[in-house]
Amino acid sequence: MNYFPDEVMEHVFDFVTSNLDRNAISLVCKSWYRIERFSRRRVFIGNCYAISPERLIARFPGVKSLTLKGKPHFADFNLVPHDWGGFVYPWIEALARSRVNLEELRLKRMLVTDDGLELISRSFVNFKSLVLVSCEGFTTDGLAAIAANCRFLRELDLQENEVDDHRGQWLNCFPESCTSLVSLNFACLKGDINSAALERLVARSPNLKSLRLSRAVPLDTLQKILVRAPQLVDLGVGSFSHDPDSETYNKLLTTIEKCKSMRSLSGFLEVAAYCLPAIHPICSSLTSLNLSYAPGIPGSELTKLIRRCRKLQRLWILDCIGDKGLGVVASSCRELQELRVFPSDPYGVGNAAVTEEGLVAISRGCPKLNSLLYFCQQMTNAALKIVAQNCPNFIRFRLCTLDPVKPDSSTNQPLDEGFGAIVQSCKGLRRLSLSGLLTDQVFNYIGMFAEQLEMLSIAFAGNSDKGMLYVLNGCKKIRKLEIRDSPFGNIALLRDVGKYETMRSLWMSSCDVTLGGCKTLAKKMPRLNVEIINEIDEMEACNDDGQKVEKMYLYRTLVGPRKDAPNYVWTL
Amino acid sequence: MEPPPARGRDSAAPKLDTAGEEAELELGLGLSVGGGGGGERAGAKRGRILTARDFPSSVGTKRAADEAVSQEPGGGSPTSGSQVVGWPPIRAYRMNSLVNLAKAPRAEDDISPNEKGKSKDGSEDKTRTSGKSDVDGREQKHIGFVKVNMDGIPIGRKVDLNAHACYETLAQALEDMFFRPAKTVDLTGVEENRQVKKSSKLLNGCSEFVLTYEDKEGDWMLIGDVPWGMFLTAVKRLRIMRTSEVNGIAPRFQQTSERQMRKPI
Repeated sequence: MNYFPDEVMEHVFDFVTSNLDRNAISLVCKSWYRIERFSRRRVFIGNCYAISPERLIARFPGVKSLTLKGKPHFADFNLVPHDWGGFVYPWIEALARSRVNLEELRLKRMLVTDDGLELISRSFVNFKSLVLVSCEGFTTDGLAAIAANCRFLRELDLQENEVDDHRGQWLNCFPESCTSLVSLNFACLKGDINSAALERLVARSPNLKSLRLSRAVPLDTLQKILVRAPQLVDLGVGSFSHDPDSETYNKLLTTIEKCKSMRSLSGFLEVAAYCLPAIHPICSSLTSLNLSYAPGIPGSELTKLIRRCRKLQRLWILDCIGDKGLGVVASSCRELQELRVFPSDPYGVGNAAVTEEGLVAISRGCPKLNSLLYFCQQMTNAALKIVAQNCPNFIRFRLCTLDPVKPDSSTNQPLDEGFGAIVQSCKGLRRLSLSGLLTDQVFNYIGMFAEQLEMLSIAFAGNSDKGMLYVLNGCKKIRKLEIRDSPFGNIALLRDVGKYETMRSLWMSSCDVTLGGCKTLAKKMPRLNVEIINEIDEMEACNDDGQKVEKMYLYRTLVGPRKDAPNYVWTL
Repeated sequence: MEPPPARGRDSAAPKLDTAGEEAELELGLGLSVGGGGGGERAGAKRGRILTARDFPSSVGTKRAADEAVSQEPGGGSPTSGSQVVGWPPIRAYRMNSLVNLAKAPRAEDDISPNEKGKSKDGSEDKTRTSGKSDVDGREQKHIGFVKVNMDGIPIGRKVDLNAHACYETLAQALEDMFFRPAKTVDLTGVEENRQVKKSSKLLNGCSEFVLTYEDKEGDWMLIGDVPWGMFLTAVKRLRIMRTSEVNGIAPRFQQTSERQMRKPI
């Protein structure tokens, strides 16, 4: 029963922006459900196959912003065939047909086509924001359609997509009347860029705050752009190499000093280290620095730079920085919250690699650290225990030893105790990725202590079904579980089938679950799609329930088996 | 199951193949031809991908002595990248960008600022090409993962060409991918072939396979003719083709067979 008219309730609900809270609101009573659903503007769908576009539109006809995720996470590492699924076109088509007033579309790991982009650009008059992360299937022709037709475009953000560059002049397709851009990121494009068109575009975009350039944009163009846009807050540099004695370079020095609003730097997709001093003037106000795509900067130049970045909160770097360099980070960047250290030489016997020492140094210097992705040559339990003690605030902790089953490098023991210390100390841990030599014991710890854990990635770990059972029984909030090359089988899979309806998805590849086990699960749980990916000939495997399944991906869904699965994907 | 024994694994350094030197092209695949030809290694459960050297009409194949790709489990040839699919877990996009890391001149390299400046100074072109930082001035190629399809297998794969330095290791990797798809990391060095049934189907009387690639002009070429470096600049994608599909086989395919091979894969 409502004491207030609907409009008042709606106004109140407007202040509730978190979707979790809105979901809770909608469960209170039918009236609130009704009011909430008409006023919902942002919808997040973590698995595009959990629901259909039609049902989305039926429930939230007023949706303005849609986020969709497609392929499972392990698709990032080539474990999922490219045409597995995650096609966005049907969604765009349905939204267009129902005349939804879509303004924002954010996609991750989905297959996007030029037709889809064109359809967006023609169907949604108020379309403002397109964010594509790790998507593929489209070309610069599709981008040209977006540029040309979305009159109020504010944001075009392309992150790490595989885009076929047709070397067309898509930047030219922004009409002269387009002055609304706030954020433009085309760093992942490989083809040539019309510098003059880019300069003109920047010149007529007074609201531009974020600009990330591709490798093809040279330093002199960058200088001209910065003259036009000293208000930039976030800059992704394309090419950064030039004769330091030239007029252009000197102009750049003065121009950069005027960029007082700059807080975030990334890119340097091509860089000459001797040009780096040009950015020293703005280092002291930077809060985010991403040099993980910058080739060949020697450690000494990196540390010179980082010493000046005392306000840094986020740092993405290559392991060329070395343990010593991380020591400099630790002493300079006291405000650091997020650190990612990527391998510069993933397969080799990296001399430039980092070890547990670097991580310990960071933990000592950066107590606010809450998010870590660390690729390292080796790790020890002792180091992890120190880290756990120094940094109890971890929300995301992802450690990757380059050798997936490497034990503690000083004791040769499994890394169970180290990770155990992490989960015990970091009570807010939501995401965890394990590596190194690990037994069932680490999962015992995780089940016992990781109460807030939502996502867990396991590879080459564990001894028996007990390991997986510890996790399924203990982690009440687990949503995404992905496992590869670990000895977990049907017993673990089938112990608590109801658990999977409380989760978004489960991925298991190269484990011990059999076809029979998967079939049993699928039969018991009609609201799960249990998909098997079959590498080679289907016919034989069909009859042998005892055969181990190569890749299984299961997820809860309200709309049954999907109809767009390629023929090598079976839904049981 | 006991945890795998602790083993400090040394990643093998890639076997560098200097440009111009023909790499060995005995590309073995995990299949045998039922009874008949191709069984050079008697009793071996392996057949071969045929390459340019098998064809007497091949021109310009200055092949070295027959040095078989090691058939030992665990791989004699150092496949620097393909021991474990998807490890380390780095997004494919980022892996491809590591190509630039490998090729970009380091700051310590002897490239004077003046030299570098030259290519950028001067008249304002409307368009700029990227990648002129290579020492030899060639436009850098973003070769990384290329698609590989095999006749008869519906799903394609991708292989990171930059993880290889010669045809040998590439062939080994492709064997692993298509004929030992369930290969897991077994630290005693013995490959665990989990899909025994599937590979035995392949063992029984499948045709031999040929490794080919599509070059920039859209032609399908036999792997092995050109030096590895040149191959890298030309290759667009790979295809493991049944020899029965190839018409009038020769290192360079004829027009007619090209048309046949342009079927969508």
